[in-house]
Amino acid sequence: MALMTRELKASFAFVERNFNLTKRYWGWEVAFLVYAVAGALAVSLIGAGQGDTRLLMTLVIGAVFWNYLSVVFSFIAETVSWERWEGTLEYTFMAPVRRYAQMLGSTVYAVAFGFVHTVVVLVVLALFFELDLSGANFVTAAVFMVLGSVSFIGIGIMTAILPLMYVERGAQMTFVLQSVLLLISGVYYSVDVLPGWMQVLSNFSPATYVLHGVRAALIDGQGTVSLLGDVWPLLLMGIVFIPLGLWAFGRAERYAKRTGKLKRVG
Amino acid sequence: MTTLLEQPKTEPMRPAAQAPSRTNRVLSDDGVPALLVDHVTKQFVVGGRRKRKQVMAVNDVTIRIRRGEIYGVLGANGSGKSTLIRLVSTLLTLDTGRVEVFGHDIERDEMAVKRVINRVSVDAAFFKKLSPFENLAYAARLYGMEPKAARAEAISILARLGIGEKRLSRPLEQMSRGMQQKVAIARALLTSPTLLLLDEPTTGLDPRSKLDVQTFIEELRDTHDATIVLTTHDLAEADRLCDRIGIINDGRIVVEDTPEALRAKVAEERGLEPTMESVFMTYTGRSLDDDLGDNEDKDDED
Repeated sequence: MALMTRELKASFAFVERNFNLTKRYWGWEVAFLVYAVAGALAVSLIGAGQGDTRLLMTLVIGAVFWNYLSVVFSFIAETVSWERWEGTLEYTFMAPVRRYAQMLGSTVYAVAFGFVHTVVVLVVLALFFELDLSGANFVTAAVFMVLGSVSFIGIGIMTAILPLMYVERGAQMTFVLQSVLLLISGVYYSVDVLPGWMQVLSNFSPATYVLHGVRAALIDGQGTVSLLGDVWPLLLMGIVFIPLGLWAFGRAERYAKRTGKLKRVG
Repeated sequence: MTTLLEQPKTEPMRPAAQAPSRTNRVLSDDGVPALLVDHVTKQFVVGGRRKRKQVMAVNDVTIRIRRGEIYGVLGANGSGKSTLIRLVSTLLTLDTGRVEVFGHDIERDEMAVKRVINRVSVDAAFFKKLSPFENLAYAARLYGMEPKAARAEAISILARLGIGEKRLSRPLEQMSRGMQQKVAIARALLTSPTLLLLDEPTTGLDPRSKLDVQTFIEELRDTHDATIVLTTHDLAEADRLCDRIGIINDGRIVVEDTPEALRAKVAEERGLEPTMESVFMTYTGRSLDDDLGDNEDKDDED
């Protein structure tokens, strides 16, 4: 119990630190938020231009929820990159904190930050397009957001390994992986339009199920029970990805300590 | 909260053989050394795919440091000083040998070791946009301290290093390098380490900042129960602060003794001036000027 309390307190160090960083970089945060809003509006205007409400909603949901998932993913996946860049990686790794506590702190802040970010984008889009969400099932959408967050946290932890193992190329690989997820997950289109081999890949992206589920909930008002086909893959990914991510992170840390890759570069 | 003014959370001292230090402090040699480095070896693979080669960074090093001692590690750039510090800091794994900190094996009991050590490196690594208080609060939470207590302790330490409270809320990037290094020292001391690893803490500081830091280390030595391992290129600093000095060359400790004994040794055996520069030249085969003239980046490969 004492160990748990100590680790939870240590987790809060990462929440507080990231909050302070957001505060100090507020100018950049505002700039990124403006960019996210502008990007979502630009994509959604394609639907508005077609005069197709369903297409508009499909694009709005794609833009808003991809924004959320990518914020959560980036925060966690870039945990190591940021510290390597600032030069604090060695200090964090020599502190008496277990890695799961570090990841818990980073994750809690990522989800909270992503939620606030996404609500702002959603409110702007809802006002701009005067969206009618009276038939939407928000509970089901929330269930998919939570399940999707868990899966994305797992993938984020696994991806955070890359900058640990490959000093510079790791951050580049993280970026490429995020781009691939964007491409194969049906963010702005149905995955049915993808080539066959890409459709196979889309089955392994949690974003595919999150976006499908959220669209069904917000556009058609479907409940969670009728979307079990999207729920169970997300549950399975969440159960597998997080423990697998933590295990893999531990192995990567050991590798970095063996090869001297924790040292500051950049 | 334990401060450096209090006894560390380690095993109580047992009556044992005692050895006076150069400042007439009594150093305990009770069988449980503060730091034991036992036949430690570490090698790295360096270079690209075509010119890949193995480099022996630390080669069969054995050091035993008593509680309360200041032990200096001198050596040329790339000699293995920083690798040795990183090995003790749990930032590198050992290829062979063992390291114990107050009896805790760093591989088997890593968390216990992490709780009693801290490190100051040559580059004051911080989140530069954050203020000293925000950085120190982060460090304090990682070590299980309450931020309020940490804040009070930080103010006290930084005041002794000549930094006033009102400068501690501004981003670190607005501080000079010397001031950042003092904040780095405060961060390390905040957690009350009983083994403090100082890896070139005064390199690149102006003379006044260097003096402030050296005086503070002396204060620690005289008033607190902390064991310190100090690597430095400043021979006068090593002479002034260290109880014993080990000289490392090509990853091996080639000589180890008190500064006085080392100076006397080169005078007697080689007929050289009894200075630390003579000692350094004799055991590393190069002068201090040669060493300082090396590419700074090479030190990162230590």
